[in-house]
Amino acid sequence: MNWTAITVFVLLFGLVTVLGFVAAHWRRGDLTELHEWGLAGRRLGTVITWFLLGGDVYTAYTFIAVPALVFGAGAIGFFALPYTIIVYPLVFLILPRMWAVAHRHNYITAADFVQGRYGSRWLALAVAVTGIVATMPYIALQLLGLQVVIGAMGVGTGGGLAGDIPLIIAFVILAAFTYTSGLRAPAMIAVVKDTLIYITVMALVIVVPYQLGGYGKLFAAIPPEKLLLPTPGAGTLGQYSAYATLALGSAFALFLYPHTMTAVLSSSSAQVIRRNAAYLPAYSFLLGLLALTGFMALAAGVASLPEFAPQFEQYKSNFAIPALILHSFPDWFAGVAFAAIGIGGLVPAAIMSIAASNLFTRNIYVAFIHPNCTRAQETQNAKLVSLVVKLGALVFIIFLPLQYAIQLQLLGGIWISQTIPAVIFGLYTRWFNPWALLIGWAGGLVVGTWMAGTTGFQSAVFPLQMDGLTVPGYAALYALASNVMLCVVLSPIFNQARATRGSDETAASDYRFGLGSRQQ
Amino acid sequence: MSRTPGRSTSTSAGSSWWLLLLLIPFVALLWVPFYNRFDPALFGIPFFYWYQFVWVILTSLIILLVDSRTREVDAADRDDRP
Repeated sequence: MNWTAITVFVLLFGLVTVLGFVAAHWRRGDLTELHEWGLAGRRLGTVITWFLLGGDVYTAYTFIAVPALVFGAGAIGFFALPYTIIVYPLVFLILPRMWAVAHRHNYITAADFVQGRYGSRWLALAVAVTGIVATMPYIALQLLGLQVVIGAMGVGTGGGLAGDIPLIIAFVILAAFTYTSGLRAPAMIAVVKDTLIYITVMALVIVVPYQLGGYGKLFAAIPPEKLLLPTPGAGTLGQYSAYATLALGSAFALFLYPHTMTAVLSSSSAQVIRRNAAYLPAYSFLLGLLALTGFMALAAGVASLPEFAPQFEQYKSNFAIPALILHSFPDWFAGVAFAAIGIGGLVPAAIMSIAASNLFTRNIYVAFIHPNCTRAQETQNAKLVSLVVKLGALVFIIFLPLQYAIQLQLLGGIWISQTIPAVIFGLYTRWFNPWALLIGWAGGLVVGTWMAGTTGFQSAVFPLQMDGLTVPGYAALYALASNVMLCVVLSPIFNQARATRGSDETAASDYRFGLGSRQQ
Repeated sequence: MSRTPGRSTSTSAGSSWWLLLLLIPFVALLWVPFYNRFDPALFGIPFFYWYQFVWVILTSLIILLVDSRTREVDAADRDDRP
């Protein structure tokens, strides 16, 4: 047990716990209203939105998994950087429009918008269920981040249920402050979390290369097959197309995730989102540096150090960064770094559980089970569901093999991408028919799941054969292509029958911000 | 990315051209063979890495530029706030 690190960790954890409960009183609102509890009253300004979205997108799992991928697989793992760059022009163009229409009609979720735009509660249900299913394993993986850093401090490495007690305590805390404070809690904690993360990463990228003798030496120590993407052979685009499609497909998928949408809708104006599209790349820079720490762990040779052998055995390459931190820093700073990662798991886990419970409440509970409930009952339901969601994630990570969570998260990315036509296209045109969108969604799910299945759910990259050329690419993007094709072909056919078209409660002027909305 | 037809006015058409700048990061980063190389290295950092880092900053600057050129009067955004 590393008592110094544990003490620092517990102190910082205690600080954010207090913050989480105090947050209920911050920018006071009536927390029995769903848009107050679940969207912090849509009052978050540029700075808080920046921290909240940053805390949301760059999660504990990101901080463990991205360097682990670079550590294990090399340059291909770096796709996280182009992905988190090209996502921001998309955010800039699309999300202010989403914000505008959601603000006008008090939409809390993307499925609310689909319901309003297409008057189809089945299409809204499809979007809601996809969001919930994609979010659940993501929450579980935040716990993995926590589990790894707790293990790194020498707690609970023996395995068994007793080893999971620190994790359970952390989760009870998380559940309690999310329940009382709603989205205000992660918004406030995100400020602390990101400050710690910035400090940790800056320390890593300065101290470790210094210990290794500079960046030149660092890169010279990386085997050439990991340093660059291998040049594709004849008849295939190899890792080139995989790298590009992973970046593009992940960028498309990112803001369809319920937790991203929740953070976006909680901002106080569309301009806040536009400004954040320009400022959020600061986090991408950080993520790129973080990806490089995978190489640092490789160059420092932490995997072959005997003191880390048991943890590498248990957590595989996910232990690369915790090992590097332990290897390079004094114990007290390791405590700071592990707290940064641990709290980095709490923030997105809180937002994700709020987002999932908003979806369940709005688009399943109220839409199908209890249509006449009061607004206070609606909010109460959402608060309870947020507990259930987190409990589910906890059970998932403790009792099921880790591999399941990782594979489900991989599938989740493919599935969530299939809601793009219904949600994003809907922001620009009402031409698509809700039934065509529903069939397209189902088709995309089948194609994407089948593609991932051909790799044994080990990889999201599918080797598409085109005219003798193999184009390995992100299955989410290929599935989306078949989805869009179905929507385009079937919409005019369904539109012949007026009854299938549904009603549209939005007006052109509701979308006033974003692309194509220059007029006053 | 289609634009809702008939919504642009003549004054807006000019400022919409700025949006095309947002395509540049896509071209720069999705054409992988262009930057998948070691040289020219910068302080020992291979081109593949520092090139992508440079695009973080460039993309941020492009978005700031486009935002300032296409920003709407905030009053339109404020009038329906609670």
